[in-house]
Amino acid sequence: MTMMKTSSRWSGIGFQALAVLLALAFTTVVMLISGADPLQVYQNIITGALGSPTKVDDILVAWTPLLLATAGLLLTFTAGLWNIGIEGQITLGAIFTTWALRVLQPTDLPPTLIVAVGFLAGALGGMFWAGLVGLLKIFGNVNEIFGGLGLNFVATALTIWLIFGPWKRPGVGSMSGTEPFPLELWLPTLPGFRLSPLALAMGIIAIAIVYILLRGTYFGLRLKAVGRNGRAAFLMGIPTTRYMLMAFLLCGLMAGLAGATQVLAVYHRLIPSISSGYGFLGMMVAMLVNYQALWAAPVALFFAALNIGSIQLPIVLKLDSSLSGVLQGSLVLFVLLMDGVRRRLTRS
Amino acid sequence: MKVELIHIHKHFGAVHANNDINLTVESGKIQGILGENGAGKSTLMKILSGYIQADSGEIRLDGTPVKISSPSDAIRMGIGMLHQDPLDFPPMRVVDNLLIGQDGGLFPNRREVVRAFNELQSQFGFSIDPYAYVDTLTVGERQQLEILRLLWLGARVLILDEPTTGISASQKEKLFETLRKLAAQGMSVIFVSHKLEDVEFLCDRIAVFRKGELVGEVDPPYVTDELVKLMFGRVISLEEKRRYETCDVSFHLDHVTIEDYRLQIRDINLTVSCGEVIGLAGMEGSGQVQFLRTCAGLIRPVAGEINLGGRRLTGKPYRAFLEAGIAYVPASRMEEGLIPGLSLTEHFILAEEQNGFFINFDKALATTRQRIEDFNIKGTPVSTVESLSGGNQQRALLAMLRQPVNLLLLEHPTRGLDIESAIWIWGKLKERCKQGTSIIFTSADLEEILQYSDRILVFYGGKVSPPLDAESTTVEQLGQLIGGKGF
Repeated sequence: MTMMKTSSRWSGIGFQALAVLLALAFTTVVMLISGADPLQVYQNIITGALGSPTKVDDILVAWTPLLLATAGLLLTFTAGLWNIGIEGQITLGAIFTTWALRVLQPTDLPPTLIVAVGFLAGALGGMFWAGLVGLLKIFGNVNEIFGGLGLNFVATALTIWLIFGPWKRPGVGSMSGTEPFPLELWLPTLPGFRLSPLALAMGIIAIAIVYILLRGTYFGLRLKAVGRNGRAAFLMGIPTTRYMLMAFLLCGLMAGLAGATQVLAVYHRLIPSISSGYGFLGMMVAMLVNYQALWAAPVALFFAALNIGSIQLPIVLKLDSSLSGVLQGSLVLFVLLMDGVRRRLTRS
Repeated sequence: MKVELIHIHKHFGAVHANNDINLTVESGKIQGILGENGAGKSTLMKILSGYIQADSGEIRLDGTPVKISSPSDAIRMGIGMLHQDPLDFPPMRVVDNLLIGQDGGLFPNRREVVRAFNELQSQFGFSIDPYAYVDTLTVGERQQLEILRLLWLGARVLILDEPTTGISASQKEKLFETLRKLAAQGMSVIFVSHKLEDVEFLCDRIAVFRKGELVGEVDPPYVTDELVKLMFGRVISLEEKRRYETCDVSFHLDHVTIEDYRLQIRDINLTVSCGEVIGLAGMEGSGQVQFLRTCAGLIRPVAGEINLGGRRLTGKPYRAFLEAGIAYVPASRMEEGLIPGLSLTEHFILAEEQNGFFINFDKALATTRQRIEDFNIKGTPVSTVESLSGGNQQRALLAMLRQPVNLLLLEHPTRGLDIESAIWIWGKLKERCKQGTSIIFTSADLEEILQYSDRILVFYGGKVSPPLDAESTTVEQLGQLIGGKGF
């Protein structure tokens, strides 16, 4: 029995390694097709990510919202929900934060308090948008994928309207976003770097909380039950709709905080694509780690590094920086594929 | 067309679903196939219509041996099967449903199809609008559509699986008339049913199935008792029964009416005493499950009152029933009862009252070890439920029930279990009865019902018999009621 267990674990790791190799091979082929020298590209990504302390700083800045989004998504995935709407939830968080700051900026309140209210507002914004998806699913019978997708578009449109309408810069609105906030409303950073330790701490705490929730609490276990067999969970007396709604709200809270950090610690204003795709990237991280909170943090860090590492590709090699997306996406696909292959082989 | 089935065998795992079946259906005749659920009727019909293949045996059509390896093969050879649940495409129009099964070019000729369809249906006096959407038709009309579709595809043998379930009396009359007309035209009709009345009324010959075997063929005039004896087999011995007094937490149903899209069960009155066991007999789909789920609070009755020990539960949500001490154990263990991927320990934690925010895993592990021992479950605390055998899953489900339970509702508590497990499970259940728990259970096994129940309700097409005393009821009486005689 134990023999079989260990052998299946080793075969699992073997298949994972094979998946990584296949993803690298696939990405290499894509590079060859686009006429680039793969070795040079990989070297560039590595130096682009780790070449200097500033680069490492950039990775950590990108890691923060990705951690928050992934942490939230682990909860919705556990409840069996595909929270595609996370992008819109991040966006609404950013909008609410910006709103709170704009309202409180002219007052005499201390800047620290305004920033704190900004975070709170962001969390509420994300919860509001996620709550809508949940209510639509539970009471309107609208699948969360469709509801989320629709609300993503609404969120984007809302951002654009705010930037070019009520919140436009003095003079003429522009794609560069709203008027930047004054320095005292910026989240404090390490001297000489862009990283805000407070924001990073929030991301790490979020993933830690999710890890503990899912591992050792009644809440986490019931969420798991709802996700794996909602009918049986209901018959056992678990209020399934309440748990689904809570998963949405908690995910929205973390997504909203991600949006808030984007405003308070990174851009210091509302810009059109404020979510930077961290919601979808978080989905890929969650799928890649098979919804295990323990592995989410390092994998999210790796993905953040790939994102940062590919930024200089257009300048140095005239390649599009979306190449990192090809690697990330193919990694997820091949890991899922190899998992399917392994199951098929071990079953027969 | 003459159909001959010769030495047909079919195994599903350890179950011998068809054991050496020999059956001949002459053309122009209506052949009845009678038997309990699981007697092997449907298996044989699926073999004939190409859905599954026999392990061995031969099928001859008009004397020629044939190999039927798919439903489309079957229809090409002229065998059409009408399923219990119509296999149509509800969100589409009638005419498109006809076009789907047809070989033909990329652009079907709709107008021609509509003309042919109307001509065909006028032969039988049907009046279905070819442009209507299928989901606006009644079950009876959908059946008519399915018959027309099969005829249109060239069927010369028509198999009907429980066709009279869910249709009105007038539609049934029309169906029988149609089938007689088809037989007169030389078609062979195979009519599969558990309804004695229908089979006796319609069929030229009846073949009776029991436990995978064809136990006898009967020609008219039919003697109902003879058919019942063939269907259910031997006589059953009864155990000593205890008497029960009404007690203060007895369960009452007062003029309860239940409705769903197929059935209406009207005016049920029942009082269940503490420790009493009520068995629900009847063919599957006769309303037992709806009744059980109404008692569990999962279906809201359209009329009447439900209360437990004076506590009114009518219209309350499922959780209120649960809190009142009513527990429901569904038949589909992995679909509705257990959660795949979670371990036994996790299941027992979920079933317990919440105690704080964090789970005490040491305590949970100790409880689980105890339950595994008490309930004789072959598995470890970390075993996932899907890795357990059916019998052990059932034990786990029973082990998860909270104490105390006032009313226990069980759907097929021993289905698919070996005899040893079944006896063990009933031992545990009877232990609970001694502590005052009442039980209502369904079973397809008449022996089980007669042996363990104090009183029996028989369901037939949405009708419920008055409670029968299990001691004074014979298997023949029960069989007749199940077949719809005596309502």
